[in-house]
Amino acid sequence: MELVKELLLKIADRTDLVVAFALVGITVWTSYLISNKLTRGRIHGSAIAIVLGLFAAFWGGVATGGKAGVADLPLLAGIGIMGGGMLRDFAIVATAFGVHFDELKKAGLAGVIAIVSGVIVSFAVGAVTAVLFGYTDATSITTIGAGAVTYIVGPVTGTAIGASSDVIALSVAAGLVKSILVMVGTPIVAKHIGLDNPRSAMVFGGLMGTTSGVAGGLAATDPKLVPYGAMTATFYTGFGCLLVPSVLFLIVRALTA
Amino acid sequence: MVIYGVALLSGCLLLGSLGGELLGVILGVQANVGGVGLAMLLLVLACSSPKFKTLVEGASGNGIRFWSAMYIPIVVAMAARQNVVAAVDGGLLALAAGVGAVAASFALVPILSRIGSKGDADSRNHPASSTDGSIDETGIT
Repeated sequence: MELVKELLLKIADRTDLVVAFALVGITVWTSYLISNKLTRGRIHGSAIAIVLGLFAAFWGGVATGGKAGVADLPLLAGIGIMGGGMLRDFAIVATAFGVHFDELKKAGLAGVIAIVSGVIVSFAVGAVTAVLFGYTDATSITTIGAGAVTYIVGPVTGTAIGASSDVIALSVAAGLVKSILVMVGTPIVAKHIGLDNPRSAMVFGGLMGTTSGVAGGLAATDPKLVPYGAMTATFYTGFGCLLVPSVLFLIVRALTA
Repeated sequence: MVIYGVALLSGCLLLGSLGGELLGVILGVQANVGGVGLAMLLLVLACSSPKFKTLVEGASGNGIRFWSAMYIPIVVAMAARQNVVAAVDGGLLALAAGVGAVAASFALVPILSRIGSKGDADSRNHPASSTDGSIDETGIT
């Protein structure tokens, strides 16, 4: 028995990505079973799988003290590769296969407006929250607002304008809350916000902006909408990195002075 | 050949990423600006161009379809490697900022979805989604 265990560990160590394929396959299968039997299909199987993944990530983070959820466990390192930026982006681009250019063109303007307003609205909400929690200096307020844009804009902005490391950590946390909430919340609110066509998906991606959140949220809502939402979402973080440390920081500084 | 499709997909992602990095440098931003979005545009254009027909039809197309179908499992793995602990540890401020930003953005989806749709003859979803939106905006915020 000891020998088998040792050999299995040895194999798993060599084949981490294969282990990840098998484990994710089992997770998705279980999720669809739960979806069909326990919720009669009312909750999408992928939504359940994503939530299970998030729970696993929490458990992994507590168990290892690391930053990459279950991927910090040596046996599950393959989850880190499979769910990492490279394969995620590769699969997102693949979802554009079969999309019609006209559809993108039609909602292009709405998408651009969504990106601009999305960055500004999220920033404003984050900044106001920081003020309500007692922050008075422009640097901290801007950095926390930037975190509410995405968890990448937060540290990029904080570093650029010289925020303290605990404020930067807070901005990352705000961005992570947003990303996770979009993953879990999108399928719940989708019907109510009219998220059922390419146009609203492009607007949705532009407004939310967190690539992980949008990727997860749309996957759990309607996979057909994924390419449209992902398309605009991928411009959001870059635009946020452009706008927040410059124009929005100056505005906050003028308001707090 | 399956690999033709996969190679086309890779080429699109690489070119798109390069474009996104260049855009970041031009704008003076420490980030890739829309690299994945540009890659998606390239793939859409390649699919509709007769020049790339051999790379997107038949078995070659299956190479792209496979990765498209792997999208959801990859997203599940992505969820399992998120820093959920840090999100929870952020406390009330991080929670309030995150929840507020998401709620406000959700509420704007039905409003902005109307932009530019007036000229469309076939915008059947439009009146329905806007009434839906106005009811639920209050529910969300």
